[in-house]
Amino acid sequence: MGLKCRVTGDVLVVAVDLSRIDAAIAIQFKEDMRSETQTGPDRVILDLSKVDFIDSSGLGAIVAVRKQLGDARRLDLSGLTPTVKKVFQLTRMDTVFKIFPDLDDAMAATAS
Amino acid sequence: MAPVGPRIELGFKATETGTRAALTDVIGRLRDGGLESTMLGCIEIVLAETLNNIVEHACAGQPDGQVRVRARLTDLYLLVIVVDNGRPYPGNRLPPYAQPAVACELDSLPEGGFGWALIRELTDHVQYRRHRNRNVLTLSIFLERELSRAFCR
Repeated sequence: MGLKCRVTGDVLVVAVDLSRIDAAIAIQFKEDMRSETQTGPDRVILDLSKVDFIDSSGLGAIVAVRKQLGDARRLDLSGLTPTVKKVFQLTRMDTVFKIFPDLDDAMAATAS
Repeated sequence: MAPVGPRIELGFKATETGTRAALTDVIGRLRDGGLESTMLGCIEIVLAETLNNIVEHACAGQPDGQVRVRARLTDLYLLVIVVDNGRPYPGNRLPPYAQPAVACELDSLPEGGFGWALIRELTDHVQYRRHRNRNVLTLSIFLERELSRAFCR
């Protein structure tokens, strides 16, 4: 469901190919993310550049995925569109995740 | 204040898919009414959280759950009235303002409880009353202030 995954070097990139992560899809999204990230590199980048809208259910699903990955792994975010960014800011979740303007920036941060 | 945009009125079943279709409809009509995308994003957050609350709480497990939304644009505000036939809010009142704490250990990060915080952050006024076995929620969103906020960020 709307997730495009690829491993590049030490990073698993999950690109969300959905315009919304909302209550109607949050549980499915969480399950799919869980299975896609169960194995693989320690660092996961979730690219949200195609997502125009997220609600608190979608946000909760991303937090749940972060918790499933545990302390030994990382979940970074890239490409937040304006409304998605606003939800992260208003809930202070922008202080919990490392957020990159786009996927290239997130990938470049791997190399350094 | 005189209305300056379309009057919007719609009803739908209190389900997640009903909510999604209603949001698309309302936001599309407000876009046609001339609101720009930053403002539309804020409005969509408020409406989504309001309608999700109804589906997940007031009308949960209620097959005949129905929601009606009325919205009107004035010069300065978007005024929205949302009515549902679900259970009354606990204590017949709005939940108190609370922003879930996020400065905590990974295991304790909140996965919910953001809905009302988002609504309060993005509205100027929210009022709840119980009327004829229905929940009536009145929300106003000040358009200019939100625009200026957006520019400041």
